Amino acid sequence: MIRDITIGQYYDTDSVIHRLDPRVKLAFTLLYIISLFIGHGPVCYAYAAAFLVLVIVLSKVPVRFMVKGLRGMLVILIISALFNVFLVQGEIIFRWWIFSISKEGVRTAVLMVVRLVFLVIGSSLMTLTTTPNDLTDGLERSLRFLKVIRIPVHEIAMMMSIALRFIPILIEEVNKIMKAQIARGADFESGGLVKKAKAMVPLLIPLFVSAFRRASDLALAMEARCYHGGEGRTKLHPLTYQKRDFLAYAVLLLYFGGMIAMAAVLP
Amino acid sequence: MELTLKHISYSYNPDAKEPKYAVKDVSFTIREGEFCALIGHTGSGKSTLVQFLNGLMRPTEGLVLFNGENIFEKKYPLKTLRQKVGLVFQYPEHQLFEETVLKDICYGPKNMGLGKEEQIDSARRAMALVGLPESYEEKSPFELSGGEKRRVAIAGVLAMNPECLILDEPTAGLDPAGRDDILGTVRELSDKENIAVVLVSHSMDDVAVYAERLLVMNSGELVYDDTPRNVFRHYKELEKMGLSAPQVTYIAHELKKRGLDIDENVMTIAEAKAEILRIFKK
Repeated sequence: MIRDITIGQYYDTDSVIHRLDPRVKLAFTLLYIISLFIGHGPVCYAYAAAFLVLVIVLSKVPVRFMVKGLRGMLVILIISALFNVFLVQGEIIFRWWIFSISKEGVRTAVLMVVRLVFLVIGSSLMTLTTTPNDLTDGLERSLRFLKVIRIPVHEIAMMMSIALRFIPILIEEVNKIMKAQIARGADFESGGLVKKAKAMVPLLIPLFVSAFRRASDLALAMEARCYHGGEGRTKLHPLTYQKRDFLAYAVLLLYFGGMIAMAAVLP
Repeated sequence: MELTLKHISYSYNPDAKEPKYAVKDVSFTIREGEFCALIGHTGSGKSTLVQFLNGLMRPTEGLVLFNGENIFEKKYPLKTLRQKVGLVFQYPEHQLFEETVLKDICYGPKNMGLGKEEQIDSARRAMALVGLPESYEEKSPFELSGGEKRRVAIAGVLAMNPECLILDEPTAGLDPAGRDDILGTVRELSDKENIAVVLVSHSMDDVAVYAERLLVMNSGELVYDDTPRNVFRHYKELEKMGLSAPQVTYIAHELKKRGLDIDENVMTIAEAKAEILRIFKK
């Protein structure tokens, strides 16, 4: 169940995109999303699609991984398409009972769906090509300016990476406790909603107990190694820009500039 | 009661050209009242193997028979099987969840569908079996010591009145006194209640004292199935698997080498003591 969610999942391979500095990829995601909202009309979207295909090809991530991420979005896509098709006013091309479909409605619906699909694929590309650790590193570095207004950026980033690190551990723990309770005759499958929820108690309480135990062990281990927050802390692998990162920024800006120009020129 | 594994194999990628086996072609039978020990190095497949015995995991090949019936048959009541074949996992104290010790031990009997009175009766009986005094009934399981928690967890499985009890490393993380306590209790269960016991362990010293039969696993295969005395004769081979004979066996071998006429197959400290005294009295 938990394995099916691909948004936020890392796909391990070696590609130019994987090797890029996480800050470049964060900038890519942000600018790409903005560009989708600047652009309008089929030409702009074809341009955005071409850029996206280029990045996907360079990233060597199989397309089915992106499609899998879209599956969770299906309901939202369908709802937004339907709303646009039926509710946008304009030149009517089809009418039945109280429903009417306008030319403009179909046009907006298609563009809206395309925009949403690109949005999801564009942002899942970042998580597919960046390890969670790199991602938090990149976020911490890019958001460092927030420290000026007393936001504990390092601490938040540390919490994020610990939380991510603990997901597989907790999943394993759930499996273990589940098996132990099944061995004691527990039944997690049958019964109605109330019965199922009640059956979760023997699973959740030990899980919470173990999560707290692990958290306090980890805190102790970190303190034993003199962890005292972000102040004066150095990194084993500090993020440094390479030539390819500057090149990537240049390509990104070129794309972004192109999109602005196109949006301005086209009606 | 008879629990049989027939040519059991388990692989993580059964469809691959060269499947990687966690358990490979293992067969043995556990009979009523028997005290077996399942021994193997970390990663030898013993924890996987025990989960076949009560149907928690399905082997990719082979059969598991309980009293001659295939437990993976479609209509087979797995819930009843899990009551008859009790499995105590590693660190079982991590599964405790109720407010009181008594309530926690009642969880198994409750799942079996017993009435309130019967639940409490079997829970009390299980507490007595593992040596928990009545004053513990209303305590919270979370305020007990590690050894006591483990007793509560074992009682939770015993309360279902199993005919066969499987314990996966029941002494891990306990001090020597706690270890002897738990193993002594398990031995008593097997002697007095005629419960068949499968003890998973990697400590030969524990096993030598308590088990009647040793099953030794190495890289997913069952290499020895014999009495401890006969298995320890192969102590050189055991070492190659990352295991060893009990420490006193080594001392006896060394004494023999130095010219003492001692039976080198002694396994426990008590046996070694008797043997050495015998020699010096001569």
